[in-house]
Amino acid sequence: MKFGVIQFPGSCDERDALAAASRVGEAVLLWHRDHDLQGADAVIVPGGFSYGDYLRAGALARFSPIMTEVERFARHGGLVLGICNGFQVLCEAGLLPGALLPNVSLRFVCRQVLLDVVNADTSWTRACEPGDQLSIPAKHQTGRYWAPDPVLDELEANGQVVLRYATGNGFNGAARDIAGVSNHAGNVVGLMPHPEHAVDPLTGSADGLRLFESAALVAV
Amino acid sequence: MRARVLIRPKAGILDPQGQAVERALPALGFDGVRNVHVGRLVELDVEDPGQLPAMCEQLLANPLIEDYEIHGGEIHGAAARS
Amino acid sequence: MSRHKELGLTDAEHERIVALIQREPNDVELAMFSLMWSEHCGYKHSRKLLQTLPTDGPRVVLGPGENAGAVDVGGGLSCAFKVESHNHPSAVEPFQGAATGVGGILRDVFAVGARPIAVLDSLRFGEPGESARSRYLLEHAVAGIGHYGNSIGVATVGGEIYFESAYEQNCLVNAMCLGLIETEKLIRSAAAGAGNVVLLFGARTGRDGIGGASVLASAELGDEDAAKRPTVQIGDPFEESKLLECSLELLGRGLLVALQDLGAAGLTSSSAEMAAKGDVGIDLDISKVPLREAGMEPFEIMISESQERMLCIVEPERVQAVLDVCARWDVLATAIGVVTGSGRLRVLDGERVAGDLPVPALVDECPAYDLAPAPPARPLYPAPARSLDDGADPRATLLALLGSANLASRRPVFEQYDCIVGSRTARRPDQADAAVLMLDANGGRRRPALAVSIDGNGRRVACDPYRGAVEAVLECSANLACVGADPLGLTNCLNFGNPEKPHIAWQFSRAVAGLGDACRALGIPVVGGNVSLYNEGGEGPILPTPVVGMVGELPDAVRAGRLGFAQRGDAVALIAARGWAPARAGSELAKLRGEPLEGELPAADLGELRAVHAAIRQAVRSGALHSAHDVAEGGVAVALAECCVAGGVGADVTVDTSEESLFGEGPGAFVVSGPRDAFAAFGSAVTVIGAVGGRELRIAGALTVAVDELAAAHADGLVQLLG
Repeated sequence: MKFGVIQFPGSCDERDALAAASRVGEAVLLWHRDHDLQGADAVIVPGGFSYGDYLRAGALARFSPIMTEVERFARHGGLVLGICNGFQVLCEAGLLPGALLPNVSLRFVCRQVLLDVVNADTSWTRACEPGDQLSIPAKHQTGRYWAPDPVLDELEANGQVVLRYATGNGFNGAARDIAGVSNHAGNVVGLMPHPEHAVDPLTGSADGLRLFESAALVAV
Repeated sequence: MRARVLIRPKAGILDPQGQAVERALPALGFDGVRNVHVGRLVELDVEDPGQLPAMCEQLLANPLIEDYEIHGGEIHGAAARS
Repeated sequence: MSRHKELGLTDAEHERIVALIQREPNDVELAMFSLMWSEHCGYKHSRKLLQTLPTDGPRVVLGPGENAGAVDVGGGLSCAFKVESHNHPSAVEPFQGAATGVGGILRDVFAVGARPIAVLDSLRFGEPGESARSRYLLEHAVAGIGHYGNSIGVATVGGEIYFESAYEQNCLVNAMCLGLIETEKLIRSAAAGAGNVVLLFGARTGRDGIGGASVLASAELGDEDAAKRPTVQIGDPFEESKLLECSLELLGRGLLVALQDLGAAGLTSSSAEMAAKGDVGIDLDISKVPLREAGMEPFEIMISESQERMLCIVEPERVQAVLDVCARWDVLATAIGVVTGSGRLRVLDGERVAGDLPVPALVDECPAYDLAPAPPARPLYPAPARSLDDGADPRATLLALLGSANLASRRPVFEQYDCIVGSRTARRPDQADAAVLMLDANGGRRRPALAVSIDGNGRRVACDPYRGAVEAVLECSANLACVGADPLGLTNCLNFGNPEKPHIAWQFSRAVAGLGDACRALGIPVVGGNVSLYNEGGEGPILPTPVVGMVGELPDAVRAGRLGFAQRGDAVALIAARGWAPARAGSELAKLRGEPLEGELPAADLGELRAVHAAIRQAVRSGALHSAHDVAEGGVAVALAECCVAGGVGADVTVDTSEESLFGEGPGAFVVSGPRDAFAAFGSAVTVIGAVGGRELRIAGALTVAVDELAAAHADGLVQLLG
């Protein structure tokens, strides 16, 4: 199982994602200017402030050369996980529905949150059971998930809402407490909290490991 | 030609920045202020102003959550999208 | 007014310059002297005192004088760390002042080749309840620190915030950074090799901070500071993130002879200091410096404090490789000069010589003044406003203290910081008395780690500068002991008023003496630091505030201590040095009662305290203790309450219920919990006072409070103030 973790200028959590993925399989960094996914079975678009969050978070990163490959890979069913800034990049790229807006408090918040697993059938949640609760840290200023109501209804109906903040755990004002969504086929998932920071009990929780384990379950 | 693009959050989407400013103004003694929205300004010299709408659609604004207005040159008034 | 006076140089200093260079300096040269001989760059009033601090130790790899100090942390690794102030810019523009303070200290650490892994911040403002301005400064400084640290991806893992009216006009923003590097790869900043190329890389140069070091850091701030607004530097953490990766790659590939970051006084100080350390000369051609603004004068280019720039020395045959690495990271890089054997710093504008000075004149010949200390004739600080009645019972007193600005939960602040990026953080803010960072995020069975704390207490130093400074060192060491860490080294930021005034000189010299004696007694070397003087305005000086940042090591992060009570049924004990003598003087209780700052701080038996800290450390490491928390502001009662709130569980204890015993302050006591047999190693220092359990904190004969009520008072304190 080979994971490819994208590295943009300004990415912060790519090494953490690399380390987390390495616990489950092989993991390599993919430079933003390259056109080569290096045979990755799964691609992770990591957290951080790619391109300084200039213009809009993720707005510039989505146009980097590596993202053309990621888009093609995703449309052919390849596994893609967008974490925080990565989620923003995937929404900007149109690989995921909706958009991420500034937190209602307008403040950056770093806090451990409980997430309810809503859909345990996506490529990134297969190792979970529906109703599982995962303790995972969230840290962002622009994480309020939004889509027009009809789109949200459709997402709910199609099972594209993958993770929700457990009662009392949401802090950014996300529509319907949505923490993570998938595309229609379920191979592309984006979430605001950081599973790569929940792989070691010593740093708080190992619940995040299950997302990486899920990807590894998918037969290559 | 010098163009100016004004980008603002779509009506109906919660704009906490706008709300924060709206709350702060009366505290400074400015009353009778309503409907504050905070957005972005992009200024640029362009050779072909006809490309501006496409620039807005593809990069400068996120049409899902933002409206934009183009000002300058042959493009008069708003090319606003809703 | 004469030109040199306008730039902050005294007549005597001007005469000294003329004598050194045997002529009048031209405008460019005068500007360079005004910066290099400013208090901020030249340490004129502090150098002699700083030389009395102990700087040697078996683990010291880099001592004071380099961009950052460093200690050996085992496994072939060293930890580079330092603390710096950005006080005056933060008072003028708190967001950017605090942000660029973080940016600057990050650069100091990666300038020695270390990858920054953590930041801590020590902040001081006026009373938030009284001053909208102080609330504004707090909110924006915190936002600035978060903006810069979060964007660049370095975890902000700790800090402290104090509110005292003496900081109203002069806030303090001290930023500390630590980084890791393979010991043999540490790089120094001395320029070497005549003919080697001087290369500038990073952001373009604009007019940011022009006159910053001389204008802002070396003068008292008055009403005109609104006019100083244009000189505040604007930081760009994205630019710095590229600069950091680029610098580390250049060093990793062995492409650089020397590296220096550009901070206060920009190109002038970087080139002068690199040349001075290497005993060489440097020719700079300012027409080659990439500019952000048109029409900049030579002196502006030489003193600009535009952020996110580094200077390096490169052998000619390696220049292309350096340019290639910079291009890969999208970092602008330009050869702007050459190392010479002349011993002079020459500023060229193409062919024209704009300035030509002997390097020693700029650096080593900067005067160092003796202080003329004398104790203050009358009290320097007005008594604080009273907020607690004399008649308040212990229960009400405890709740008032827990909710007070200095003791309330800092969660509203630290939640604005990313404390986990890098995956090393084993103890987050409010989990333990010190932050704990694993050396290897992907470690094996054993997880060696570093612990770090930053501490200082201006009120207690104001009561007694010597004993107060000793306490700052003890506080850090105690915090480290509570997580099981052994101190390796210390950095300090000395924040004081105008040293030309005898009572400030007295505070300063007594504090440095205390700092030095405490370091010697505890065996902790000073590896570097910073001085910020002239922190006073029309209303008087700040409280004398030596801030100490300390780094320690622990063998296994799995055993890192926590402060909260952990298990119902555990025994609670008070571990105290024989000489522990909690007192009202300089305490938070005295402050709430509106008492003037006076009285004697207890003396500290440093030998005994060293032994107590070692015993705590060992007990934590052995796993015997389930929790350990140092008794500090607010005394024993507040410490007990903090343990209950952090653990989410109550306790039933019996202690001496005199006011001094419950709320008095002084170094040397710890509240710990664990199985009863855990305390054997402490001998006579331990008193078992009760047990963990229930949902209330009960101090027999004094108070009973629900843990929920303690938690609410603690959580709400700052929230009310931050809004």
